[in-house]
Amino acid sequence: MAMIEAKGVSIRYITGDFKDIGLKEYIMRRLQGRYQVNEFWADRNVSFSLEPGDMMGIIGSNGAGKSTLLKAVSGIMVPTEGSMEINGSIAALLELGSGFDGELTVRENTYLRGAMLGYTRAFMDEKYQEIIQFAELENFQDRPFKHLSSGMKSRLAFSIACLVSPDILILDEVLSVGDGAFRKKSGRKMKQILNSGVTGILVSHSISQVREMCNKILWLDHGKQIAFTDEVTLYCDAYEEFLTTQKLPQNRQEIEQMAADWKARQKAEKERAARTEAQRLQEILEKGEQESAVQAALAILQKRRPDLLKQE
Amino acid sequence: MIAKLKKHQFLFEELVKRDFKQKYKRTVLGMAWSILSPLLNLMVMSLVFSQFFGTRMEHYTIYLFCGNLVFSYFKESTNGGMNALMSNSSIFTKVNVPKYMFLLSKNVSALINFGLTLMVFFLFAALDRVQFGLHFLALLYPIVCLVVFNVGVGLILSALFVFFRDTSYLYDVFTMLLMYMSAIFYTVDTLPGFLQKLLMCNPVYCYIKYFRIVVLDGNIPSLEYHALCAFYALLFVAIGGFIYKKFNHKFLYYV
Repeated sequence: MAMIEAKGVSIRYITGDFKDIGLKEYIMRRLQGRYQVNEFWADRNVSFSLEPGDMMGIIGSNGAGKSTLLKAVSGIMVPTEGSMEINGSIAALLELGSGFDGELTVRENTYLRGAMLGYTRAFMDEKYQEIIQFAELENFQDRPFKHLSSGMKSRLAFSIACLVSPDILILDEVLSVGDGAFRKKSGRKMKQILNSGVTGILVSHSISQVREMCNKILWLDHGKQIAFTDEVTLYCDAYEEFLTTQKLPQNRQEIEQMAADWKARQKAEKERAARTEAQRLQEILEKGEQESAVQAALAILQKRRPDLLKQE
Repeated sequence: MIAKLKKHQFLFEELVKRDFKQKYKRTVLGMAWSILSPLLNLMVMSLVFSQFFGTRMEHYTIYLFCGNLVFSYFKESTNGGMNALMSNSSIFTKVNVPKYMFLLSKNVSALINFGLTLMVFFLFAALDRVQFGLHFLALLYPIVCLVVFNVGVGLILSALFVFFRDTSYLYDVFTMLLMYMSAIFYTVDTLPGFLQKLLMCNPVYCYIKYFRIVVLDGNIPSLEYHALCAFYALLFVAIGGFIYKKFNHKFLYYV
């Protein structure tokens, strides 16, 4: 049985009704007969299905409808058209930093957030110390939340959120939190959760993360579904090519072409990098005092390629 | 709904705690204001109407207090309720929680305030030598009605406020009108009959009158009167519930 089954999901926003433009403008436009509401489809006819243990990465540039789709999966929004079937409990980690109350203390906010994520009080009592330690906020427990730096805030948010053990886990840009050391720690923690066999959906702007973690790819562009596939490498290559050329593929052949183009581009890039490296080294040697530079070059040759010297 | 409430009990408790703390943040006296502010209010009104306007009536302070007690609870609870959705919009657009939760938690913190004021009210009644008795237990009835009524009005207002921000200004004016229509500081005996009947269209006045009948007259109102109180409460909660059910998933497009 599929954990998540989305069939032809479309989500529509309406803009320009009289709430947006104000009463005066509304009456004016009505009188002139040019009043109309604009429809905006954030997602159009998106279908996918996930089996237990699947990890799906959603890729697409800004405004592709990724976050809106996640809201539909987590039940915050209902699709305007189509159906979304969910089998299991969901934990959605969307935009971690928001929803805290600046006036409450760190401790109070921790409990409040825990409650929002559906934990019980007993569970929070048990895990509270662990959360604070993981977030490295032992000395700030009774300070108002607004006194924390933004890094600390997202660290706390992540630490609370990563306690979840749901059937379905939704991650929206949560893996890039805090400074370098914390990021490593959070990455490890996240992998540990993902390896526990949870079904997941990941939105990330880091393609390497998607390549590493996901076994399925959903590619969205301006609300339209470009692809839903399990050929992760091929489609990630094609997507990266799309990011440089901004040209959408029309069929299977173009996808393969784009992936090949991307590989060629990567290779060329690597060669150029190697060339510039060689140039840079040569410049350093030439800038140095003539005699010692030659000595150094000779020493390197003797060590690495004695055969070349012998030929001379 | 009960099962759902049970499931979200922890969240509910935390929300109540938060709302209560938010209310008194950065005040020196903190919770003491729950008691102080209605008292000060009462003092001013009693001074103005008995000294300047020369209202003469037995137990006038208690008469005034009845009105104030009920009306300030109504006002606080519905004003808080109106903001319940908007002020929590950053939460329910990210997490899937039942939205009436925010409204109920605001209502609970208003109810706690009401309870504290009610204690003071009984103290005043005792000082003023009002006859206490078992009939005071009947006060539970209008209180329950009032709680349900306030939740209903809160449901309607909070939904309206999401769609039309103008609601808060209109409601300000409306509560002022309602206050004058609730006979808080004047007696209704001198009014013509049809006006007295018209006042009964005001649910808040009905609840105030119930309090006065019990506390000042030492009676319990008629059965029809009970029915009327329940009718208002159920009507508003039904309308509010219907709106929430219908627009539950539309709110987040407008916050």
